[in-house]
Amino acid sequence: MTDLRETYDVAVIGAGPAGMAAATVCVRAGLATVLFDEQASPGGQIYRAVTTSPVKRGTVLGADYWVGGEVAQEFLASGAHYVPGATVWNLTREREIGISVAGAAHLLRAERVIVATGALERPFPIPGWTLPGVMTAGAGQILLKSAGLVPDGRTVLAGCGPLLWLIAWQYLNAGARIDAILDTGANRAGAWRHAPPFMLSPYLLKGLRLLLAVRRRVPVIANVVDLRAEGHDRVEAVAFRTAGGAEQQLAVDNLFMHQGVVPNVNLAMAAGIEHRWDDGQLCWRPVVDAEGTTAIAGIAIAGDGAGIAGAEAAQAYGLLAGHAAVRALRPGARGLAPEAAVRARLKRTLRGRAFLDAYYRPAEPFRRPARDTLACRCEEVTAGQIIDTVALGCTGPNQMKAFLRCGMGPCQGRLCGLTVTELIAQARGVAPQEVGYYRLRPPVKPITLAELAALPKNEAALRSVAR
Amino acid sequence: MPTFPENAPAADVIVIGGGLHGCSAALHLARRGARVTVIEKDHVGRHASGVNAGGVRRLGRHLAEVPLAVAAMELWHRIGDLVDDDCGFESHGQVKVAESEAELATLRDRVAALTRLGFTHEELIDRRALKAMVPAIADHCVGAIVCRHDGAANPYRTTLAFKRKAESLGARFIEGTAVRSLARAGANWRVDTSAGAFEAPYVVNCAGAWADRIAATLGEPVPLEPIAPMLMITAPLPPFLEPVIGATRRPLSFKQFGNGTVLIGGGHRGSLDRDANRTGLDFAGLALSARIVWDLFPAMRGAHIVRCWAGIEARMPDDIPVIGPSATGDGVFHAFGFSAHGFALGPIVGAILAELITGGKTNLPIAPFRIDRFAGAKPN
Repeated sequence: MTDLRETYDVAVIGAGPAGMAAATVCVRAGLATVLFDEQASPGGQIYRAVTTSPVKRGTVLGADYWVGGEVAQEFLASGAHYVPGATVWNLTREREIGISVAGAAHLLRAERVIVATGALERPFPIPGWTLPGVMTAGAGQILLKSAGLVPDGRTVLAGCGPLLWLIAWQYLNAGARIDAILDTGANRAGAWRHAPPFMLSPYLLKGLRLLLAVRRRVPVIANVVDLRAEGHDRVEAVAFRTAGGAEQQLAVDNLFMHQGVVPNVNLAMAAGIEHRWDDGQLCWRPVVDAEGTTAIAGIAIAGDGAGIAGAEAAQAYGLLAGHAAVRALRPGARGLAPEAAVRARLKRTLRGRAFLDAYYRPAEPFRRPARDTLACRCEEVTAGQIIDTVALGCTGPNQMKAFLRCGMGPCQGRLCGLTVTELIAQARGVAPQEVGYYRLRPPVKPITLAELAALPKNEAALRSVAR
Repeated sequence: MPTFPENAPAADVIVIGGGLHGCSAALHLARRGARVTVIEKDHVGRHASGVNAGGVRRLGRHLAEVPLAVAAMELWHRIGDLVDDDCGFESHGQVKVAESEAELATLRDRVAALTRLGFTHEELIDRRALKAMVPAIADHCVGAIVCRHDGAANPYRTTLAFKRKAESLGARFIEGTAVRSLARAGANWRVDTSAGAFEAPYVVNCAGAWADRIAATLGEPVPLEPIAPMLMITAPLPPFLEPVIGATRRPLSFKQFGNGTVLIGGGHRGSLDRDANRTGLDFAGLALSARIVWDLFPAMRGAHIVRCWAGIEARMPDDIPVIGPSATGDGVFHAFGFSAHGFALGPIVGAILAELITGGKTNLPIAPFRIDRFAGAKPN
């Protein structure tokens, strides 16, 4: 990146709806604004490849996706310094940012940082989940959006959550074959007491229409309590059992799994932002106020990274965080969109969140798998091995590192962290909040020795030498 | 919070700090029949003891530390006998490379000085022997000094092993409990903590980066500097290195584990807040470490750094620890300030403290580590 500055007024991390909204607001207020994003084009996950997708037929991905195109165009035209293909591997309390772009690492600083790194899929550990041909529904959606690919052969989707139904609908629109949906949602009865606000949610009608369209064309097997991917060199079948039912099997070539999305906490935690366990969403959420402000001066979090609320909410939160940054750096600034309207829209969008969280709450056997199931894919550690460290006196994921390499692999806990926290919590008989999470440190994604060695020298570095 | 009944057994010794030195003191004291209570403000091995590079060396030590390191090495080679755990100790040697003839000359002088003092554990080797021992070393390296029976161990595992063995011999560990004050109470010392008061005739200050506060309470302030040495670990690489590597002129600690990952350290420091238990990484400083590795090990240039961290350690101005009796408090003993190279000494320092407390003396020369050496030179 040739013209990267050493300092900016505002640095936004992530080009999803929250990041794009925040950056657009800031640059329009006259702040020197940079936005870093890993992908080659803007949109984040929800609007992935919206400006470049080979899927041209609007009805495949749906109108909600293409809305993202307008947001992206507005952002691209805003004048913010947009750095695609940039991996942010560090963020310090002093708002120093480490990035890698085009194979070179850079350190820079911003007065305000808005972390909009969004969400990732909750781990879904089942026996056989590492077999080729087993992938997450989100991965399937990435292939669809960015490359126009649909699965070939016998295909089963398993799990629960709005995204599972969305990808099923998108696949059917694209003419793909889906043999069955195995619904692992449990205990739905409890969700209905949250229903009233959801009845007024814009998601209700959309969701119903989508669900009905899928159910018309795909057999849905409900109350799946047991799930196993089987095969030798790749997945050949999915074995499952419904509550009170006998074991069944479906021959498959592709198995897509999904049980919800959770905040992507790695950068925020490595920056030292406090997170708390949220039992409604069964994940860690940063401690932030209504504008995304954290306890660390100048660092805010906007979008699904602060708690799963969807793309529309993310856009609103991004705008609010942007406004907060503008007010901090340009106290007299005018021309900001009236917040009352934004907040009202946000309130409407959030209606029914509690219902969705309860209705699609991932079931216990799939969050705390059986002993023989791999929990940590990087280091091949089973659930049983993790539980056994509690008997040896280990009280949390960090102390567990004395016994196991779980959590020390390149994924930095993205695929195992929630499973580990919940397994230890259950084994100890305490709440996940007390167990805690991995002590995450940078680099939040691996960087090469070559990049690190090529970082420019400066005074501070010379001072840091021990002798 | 733990609760202690009125008639809880009294302790003979209260150890402040559950790092390796505290756990080692507890173990050696328990072996001699003393009743020990260790008070740890976080959990055992939480700080420097649990997150350091694990180097176990006699090589390159400050001359004052050499006798202790030599004695410690004997314990390390039998560590399973001491703590019922091999602690991940491996002994493939430690090497300190010279990148120029001038550096080699200083190493040669050092070996001569050690020989005069009666120590022969360090050996000077030439370019050819260095290449044979470390095939991946850069060609510009002209030689090295080596200790063939030095090595490294797993720091967190070691610290826990000392704790477990001490507990099995009756030592009591109270974690999550901070010391608030320390004062004389008749024949005993009274240690006030967040979980109540403890009394014992003897106290050992192994409080690491917080030990200066204990010392200040006793009226013997010390110029302790809390530091945050940084480390990096890579993704697994094919095996290319057995010994632990250091350099002469520039700071480096470099080793490859059995699983192929490579640990890079060397003393570049991050920032810290010792009251918040928090360290910050300085990537400009880590870049210097990366450049040293780049120069010395060309095969590492494609390596991926997966994680960096920094621990909270204590440094003294002369880079050697404080070990020995308090100068102001009868019955109080100190072992802190290991200046980023205390891990290897852990097993022996506990033995020294146990000897001092139960026997009034130790055979190892600890005069250079006196706590009152900072007060200014005394007139002869």
